[in-house]
Amino acid sequence: MFEILEKTQYSDKVFKFRVSAPAMAKKAQAGQFLMVRIDEEGERVPFTFANWNREEGWVEFIFMVIGATTMELSKLEAGDKILDITGPLGKPTEMKKQRWAVIGGGVGLAIAYPVARALCESGSEVSVIMGARTEDLLILTKQFEELPLKNLFITTDDGSVGEKGVVTAPLERLCEAKEIDEVFAVGPVPMMKFSALTCDKYDVPIVASLNPIMVDGTGMCGCCRVTVDGKTKFACVDGPDFDGSKVDWDDLCARQGSYRKEEAEAVAHLQSENNGGCKCQS
Amino acid sequence: MPIVDGKYKANNKEPRVPANEVPADIRSKNFEPVDTGYTTENAVEEANRCLDCKKPFCVQGCPVGINIPEFIRHIREEDMAAGLATVRESNMLPSVCGRVCPQENQCEGSCILNKTGDDPIAIGQLERFLGDMTPSIGKAPVCKPKNGKKVAVIGSGPSGIACAGELAREGFDVTVFEAFQTGGGVLTYGIPEFRLPKEIVKREIDGLKDLGVTFEYDAVAGRLYDADDFFGELGFDALYLAVGAGLPKFLNVPGENLPGVFCANEYLTRVNLMKANLFPEYDTPTKHGKNVVVFGGGNVAMDAARTALRLGADTVTLAYRRTEKEMPARIAELHHAKEEGVRILELVSPLEFLAGDDGFVQKVRLEKMELGEPDESGRRRPVRIPDSEFELDCDVAITAIGTNANPFASMAAPVNLNEWGYIETDEDGRTSNPRVWAGGDIVTGAATVILAMGAGKKAAASMTKALLDA
Repeated sequence: MFEILEKTQYSDKVFKFRVSAPAMAKKAQAGQFLMVRIDEEGERVPFTFANWNREEGWVEFIFMVIGATTMELSKLEAGDKILDITGPLGKPTEMKKQRWAVIGGGVGLAIAYPVARALCESGSEVSVIMGARTEDLLILTKQFEELPLKNLFITTDDGSVGEKGVVTAPLERLCEAKEIDEVFAVGPVPMMKFSALTCDKYDVPIVASLNPIMVDGTGMCGCCRVTVDGKTKFACVDGPDFDGSKVDWDDLCARQGSYRKEEAEAVAHLQSENNGGCKCQS
Repeated sequence: MPIVDGKYKANNKEPRVPANEVPADIRSKNFEPVDTGYTTENAVEEANRCLDCKKPFCVQGCPVGINIPEFIRHIREEDMAAGLATVRESNMLPSVCGRVCPQENQCEGSCILNKTGDDPIAIGQLERFLGDMTPSIGKAPVCKPKNGKKVAVIGSGPSGIACAGELAREGFDVTVFEAFQTGGGVLTYGIPEFRLPKEIVKREIDGLKDLGVTFEYDAVAGRLYDADDFFGELGFDALYLAVGAGLPKFLNVPGENLPGVFCANEYLTRVNLMKANLFPEYDTPTKHGKNVVVFGGGNVAMDAARTALRLGADTVTLAYRRTEKEMPARIAELHHAKEEGVRILELVSPLEFLAGDDGFVQKVRLEKMELGEPDESGRRRPVRIPDSEFELDCDVAITAIGTNANPFASMAAPVNLNEWGYIETDEDGRTSNPRVWAGGDIVTGAATVILAMGAGKKAAASMTKALLDA
């Protein structure tokens, strides 16, 4: 059992948990993830580390409420316990000392933040591009602002904060000005796909942190397989970071949508449970 | 007991006592056990068929050398506790092995009655019968006093369990590190409930806990702890690596990554480990295909096909490159699958998975094969027949064509691997690292539960010698 030490709410649907996990905290590195199973009936869901503290023995992850599991998670409070947390899993992000652009979209900002922080700490020059649909979904702005960044760009689809539009606009400007050597991108598939296309145009390498559906997260089930450079790779053990210019984005997008119908069913089931059980008679 | 002239005379001419199987049309709709096991009466009747050979070939056929005639004698004498004790001397998991061992290639295949034209003794059924009596008559084995040495076992599958049990009996302080939330490895995530109830796996693991073995779940060795931790802060004297060979192989044909195409590991894990058959009570979903096609001819393919039936498929087709005769699956499993309605499509090979408008797999394009010259495995190699392509409807496709070494093989501690990523060991399971032993599928490649257990036992003996004589 893993105790929730602290719960932070960033917006209507975005939360951060700090959980007690001393052994995991000692090993966690930027870019790696953990898998959560809330209770006996729970599914195994991956979340990338947002932060950790080796001395105090905790790790943090950020999640957005999108399905039944994240909905259940969001109801937990500090002091509650999560049945299973496994990690660290996946390969850490490689941190070359150079000029980086770190792009985070939506809840992907939670992953972009520790990467940007680690890059800053390792002496790289870092520009960050934050993207979200709207101001409410933009998370960790304060934390990013506190980093010693070269540039910080904010884009929202509706222009509610920062520049109106998507992350590729500032990315294009950075590429154009030859201000970056490499890009790290994490967020929704379309965002990563178009960032990769932009990078390709300027011949700038891009690392993308992929987020396919996982079951075991340890290289056993193959659910998280992605096509990279025409080859099948497992995001859980070969990634989650891959060369963004070689990822088959359409393939990833299709696989991510595999369980949309079941996800809706699970949410409906959860809501009916929360409303006092079976609704079949009403 | 049949006695003639004051001596036991076997009823070997009597037919073998049949298994108590639930009718196929009933069992194929639920996840309950297919075979409910022998009653005491059945077991004694079957035991009375045993010739009690002086030179028992069955024992030679058993990878762990169980004293089979002796435990059968105890059954005959209706001293079940003694029978169980005999089995457990050599095999810690009789309820598991009695169900999943390929007995037809081992003990039963070696039974002398095969040569006299009689049915071989149902040794697996008898072993299982005794194993299943453990809760009522089993006695906890006596452990030697603590010897002060600590061993970490990585992986709680059959090999890890066997090794941990032996070491605990020798007085070691044993901790098993398991990546998943529960123990058993392939016994839990791979073999379906209807063939091996998870309650039995749990009972075996609880038995180890009673011996003082500690289980640490959610602990991915190599990621959470490395060799420095194991031999440093955690204070272990040795490691046994039993991480299995779980990395699935793929067909490498176009469309294999379409939604609806699974590898058997994922398909089975969703149901066996995560209980996706009980969705939405359980949160993990799966796909309930109408027309399911499974590729492969081994036990895992059979398990996947039979699971698909139980999830409500209208048709389940098992497509195999060779013919039934060359299938590596146990005969009983193939027989069960066919009885339940799995259609066997021999001599075909998939070329491509095709998506429907919704982006999910809708059809598979195959070509026909014929058998050519034998290959290195001795089985006749399938050769493609030109212009023989055809399509099958399929909304769920499952590939079950084998596995590779677990990529975590050497992450827990540095050891030499062979070119395929399996750990190199000597006969006793010693690796290139003097403090590390390894065994099971991560050494041999995918094999049987009993061989993995045997390796665990052997390594435990070697570790005992090395650690206590030092």
